Amino acid sequence: MNPRRLSVIRLVWAHLWSRPGVTALNGLLLTLGFAAITLVLLVSEQAEHQFRKDLAGVDLVVGAKGSPLQLILSGIYHLDSPTGNIPATAADQLRAHPLVAQVVPLALGDSAQGFRIVGTTPDYLQLHQARLAAGQWRAQALQAVIGADVARRTGWRVGQRFEGSHGLGGGGPTHGDHPFTVAGVLAPTGGVIDRLILTPVESVWQVHDVHHPPAPAGGQADDHDHAHHPSHDDDEKAAPQPPRELTMLLVRYRSPLAAALLPRWVNSQGPLQAASPAQESVRLLGLVGVGIQVLQGFGAVLLFVAALSVFVALSHAVRDRQPELAMMRLLGASPRRVSATVAAEALTLAAIGVLAGMLLGHGLTHLLGHLLDGQASLRLTGLWWSPLEAWLPLVGLGLGGLACLGPTWLAYRTSMLPALQGHH
Amino acid sequence: MIHASGLALQHQGGPRLSFPDLAVPQGHTLLLRGDSGSGKSTLLAMLAGLLAPSQGHLQVAGTDPWSLTPARRDAWRGRTLGLLPQRAWINPALSVWQHLALPAVCTGETPDTAAIDRLLQRLGLAAWAHQPARALSGGQVQRLALGRALVRQPQVVLADEPTASLDDRHTAQVLEQLRELGGRATVVIATHDARVIQALRGRPDTHVCTLPPAGGPA
Repeated sequence: MNPRRLSVIRLVWAHLWSRPGVTALNGLLLTLGFAAITLVLLVSEQAEHQFRKDLAGVDLVVGAKGSPLQLILSGIYHLDSPTGNIPATAADQLRAHPLVAQVVPLALGDSAQGFRIVGTTPDYLQLHQARLAAGQWRAQALQAVIGADVARRTGWRVGQRFEGSHGLGGGGPTHGDHPFTVAGVLAPTGGVIDRLILTPVESVWQVHDVHHPPAPAGGQADDHDHAHHPSHDDDEKAAPQPPRELTMLLVRYRSPLAAALLPRWVNSQGPLQAASPAQESVRLLGLVGVGIQVLQGFGAVLLFVAALSVFVALSHAVRDRQPELAMMRLLGASPRRVSATVAAEALTLAAIGVLAGMLLGHGLTHLLGHLLDGQASLRLTGLWWSPLEAWLPLVGLGLGGLACLGPTWLAYRTSMLPALQGHH
Repeated sequence: MIHASGLALQHQGGPRLSFPDLAVPQGHTLLLRGDSGSGKSTLLAMLAGLLAPSQGHLQVAGTDPWSLTPARRDAWRGRTLGLLPQRAWINPALSVWQHLALPAVCTGETPDTAAIDRLLQRLGLAAWAHQPARALSGGQVQRLALGRALVRQPQVVLADEPTASLDDRHTAQVLEQLRELGGRATVVIATHDARVIQALRGRPDTHVCTLPPAGGPA
């Protein structure tokens, strides 16, 4: 502070920094409280946004019998293992249904460098509104289009060859005799498709023609169960060709009536299970929401403690500074002006706490996003701005205002007589 | 400049203090003498508009402070009076220079930087202008308090035992600067310091008012 200048603002600043330890502690408490609130806001909003974005307009997921939530987690968010396989003919049945507008097949089971290989059709790109940044979608088997994250982390480019391995988590035996070729690279979408390797369904069938006998359709799969087409081996050539299988189907309704009728119809079709992404996502967000509420409560407690600390510190400061405040009154300051300087201290501290807390909250979110970058989970960025953050300065002013009410009243009632007579 | 007649103060449940009539012209000095408890500080507080008399009439710089609303009285005090309390009450957060700017800030005005610089020179504190006031010695602090009381060129200066904690050299210095820098201000000094009385008594512009002991005849 320039020692040759003085204004009310500088006076408030000088008072704050005359007790640097107390000011720093209160500032830190407020900052941590607002940072916690900001972090929770940003993470919960981005998680919800991502959950909804990844739904990609899918109305129904159809897979093997099992947990509906597991179907959604594996088919929409690509986080869990699928419940099993279903006959590929189920796709034709559904396409023929008058209430169905679109059916997108998914065939899962393999991965490469930790990224899931998804056998599907170009419709899957349209569902996610993904566009190709390089190359093209090729309908031939073993031609792959990779997501933006896959390209970034593996360094693969168009024309690159790579091998898939058994299992969705990586680390399984490789399909060295069936290498994939990168035919295209997707532009970033911010959704789950960025972390996927997409290939025609036929690729998955071809890769597994050699290796595996068929699994019973509808059976519970482990994490490297595949959709497959077991029509190979000399011994089996003469045998009747078993039906092709898929892992699940993403369905879009033709009319709202389908929401009431189609799941029931699907569930009555033998091995098939229908799961509504909207319903299961609400359940999922409900589960996550408990954690978010705990974090929000923690942030609120921190803010309350910070406000209490500011109140106590200001009360002490006003008592300690009675002579200085009385001197200001002797020099002609009105009670309102004296109490305003005390209130301004609390409000300045609150403003610093809000600003620093929001900055720290965004920084922590960015750091968290960086730490989660390598995992197939949430994509977080500190550059996300929540509309609810606009309320934080008001919350800060409210807290500062509450904390300074008592001390301001003390300052307002400061008596000048003891100061004149040297009795403080 | 200061006129008082029939001033008295009845403390609630305590003794009644009666004060002599006063008539101090502009530019003159009034020495208020008396034992402890005789009411020197109480009279100063009444002159400063801090304590309302129970009885009597009072005019300070042409104004009866008790005829003003509290807000106007605060403004009048800042504009008209220079107060030099027994203790300096410096603000440890402010620099020496800022202490002289404080009176203007307190009344919402812009400090006169040139006047502050000049006053610091005359107080011998220019070299300390940018230092925190807590770094000053006792004598320097008292000079700073004097500067704070005089920086807005008040019409009346009220000083309560201004030399109580000073040695002889600093006492003489403060009295000289009070008279010299006070210009045409009327100065009231409440003191029982014999050095002050000896230094000022006998001057043609100095009046002495001795207050009777508490409970005694006015």
